[in-house]
Amino acid sequence: MIITEKKEYKKILESLKGMDSIYVVGCGRCATSCSTGGEEQVFDIVAKLKKDGKSISGSYVIEAPCDERLVAKFSRAEKSKIDKADALLVLGCGAGVQTVSDVIKLPAYPALESIFLGKTKTLGKFYEMCVMCGDCALEETGGICPVARCSKHLLNGPCGGSHKGKCEVDENLDCAWYLIFERLKELKQFDRIKKFQKPKDYSKSIRPRKVELR
Amino acid sequence: MTFKEALKSKDFVITAELSPPKGVDLENVLRKADILKGKVDGVNATDNQVAVLHLSSVAFCALLAQKGLDPILQTNCRDRNALAIEADLLGAYALGIRNVLAITGDYPKKSLHHVVKPVFDIDSVQLIKLIKDMNKGIDFAGEPLVGAPNFTVGGVVNPGADPIEGQIIKLKKKIDAGAQFIQTQIVYDIDGFKKFRDKIKDIKVKILLGILPVRSSKMAQAIQNIPGVHLPKKLIDRIEKAKDPVQECVDISAEIINGLKGYIDGVHFMTLNNVEVIPEIISRI
Repeated sequence: MIITEKKEYKKILESLKGMDSIYVVGCGRCATSCSTGGEEQVFDIVAKLKKDGKSISGSYVIEAPCDERLVAKFSRAEKSKIDKADALLVLGCGAGVQTVSDVIKLPAYPALESIFLGKTKTLGKFYEMCVMCGDCALEETGGICPVARCSKHLLNGPCGGSHKGKCEVDENLDCAWYLIFERLKELKQFDRIKKFQKPKDYSKSIRPRKVELR
Repeated sequence: MTFKEALKSKDFVITAELSPPKGVDLENVLRKADILKGKVDGVNATDNQVAVLHLSSVAFCALLAQKGLDPILQTNCRDRNALAIEADLLGAYALGIRNVLAITGDYPKKSLHHVVKPVFDIDSVQLIKLIKDMNKGIDFAGEPLVGAPNFTVGGVVNPGADPIEGQIIKLKKKIDAGAQFIQTQIVYDIDGFKKFRDKIKDIKVKILLGILPVRSSKMAQAIQNIPGVHLPKKLIDRIEKAKDPVQECVDISAEIINGLKGYIDGVHFMTLNNVEVIPEIISRI
């Protein structure tokens, strides 16, 4: 899931300077799960914007604002309200904001910060798991990714700053290599760690990336 | 005698590090370099140590070489990608630099430059292999170089890290990749280091013990925050009670080194540029 957090409200208001009428878009998937862009958060920001003198031409939670087909369907259904807006405020990840912006010819502004691709542990607890490098080697590291979970993306073992299972960058962060060692011991695959790991192939993550099956 | 020759022929090899200035005023640090002349086998030039801006380690090594010292170029993986590292190494060789110490590099989070993008394109094991490949005339892309360098390459280890097993596995990878010497993180705990050394009996490359003479109780406090560095309480007490703390740090350093004779192949002084104490410590080894 794409993990998002709310952008500072002051910054949102600054970005909407000069725009009187706003249409607010939420996200029914990741941002709803993160409690950053669901029905409740759309409702809250609409109330705040009204209080700050904005008129709200409409609001809607699109099932997935990152899906151009769903955004197109939404834009047809809500056309009369969207036409009255000076700008769209999107409570979704960067992909959502840009997809909305591609479909609807109005300025679309982000209300969230897109932070990482991660797992949900419990409601409100999210952890980064993957940087989508395009060169997965989880089979070598007991299913724990050192590229995403080691601050220095080290592939051949911990740095000298790893101490008592924690990272030198922040003592509240687990050392990914400590976790990898423990996991591989559990899996009785410890020898895998002794193998030299080649540098990552960064040609596999040339941006922007795309998949076109047809 | 060069550092490389010292590694081959001497029983006890001595190195010391110097940090280039944050700026272009080199007068003071070059005077410090003169103190090391004839006393040490090689001089490390730190590479944006603790992610703090310093003058380029390549340029500084070239100045050390001009003075007749044998520089050891510290190269971190944080500030450059593999392409930039290769280019700097070729340039360094052209300027007379023959030794490289491959390090990961501290994360910039606690530095004043904390907003910069850390690179970490390759890690320290991969960097050692890259340098060894360059020595064979092959670049990172597997293509031939026009003239191969002949670097002596080393790595680092933190003997006080807990748990130690990850450090040992990585150390062995460094040696398999071609590391010819090892300089350790700072050590104060004699018994702790002996236990570490016993675990790596099969390692034959020279291990130089990291020594940072503690000059004040303030410094002792700061050192205790370095991951994996254990400064025993009795040493802290000695530093706090010392009438002459600088003399005390010389005594302590000499005791640690002498206490580990037989377990080490030399020492590496990391004095935060307070190199004046080094000659006396050496005279007592």
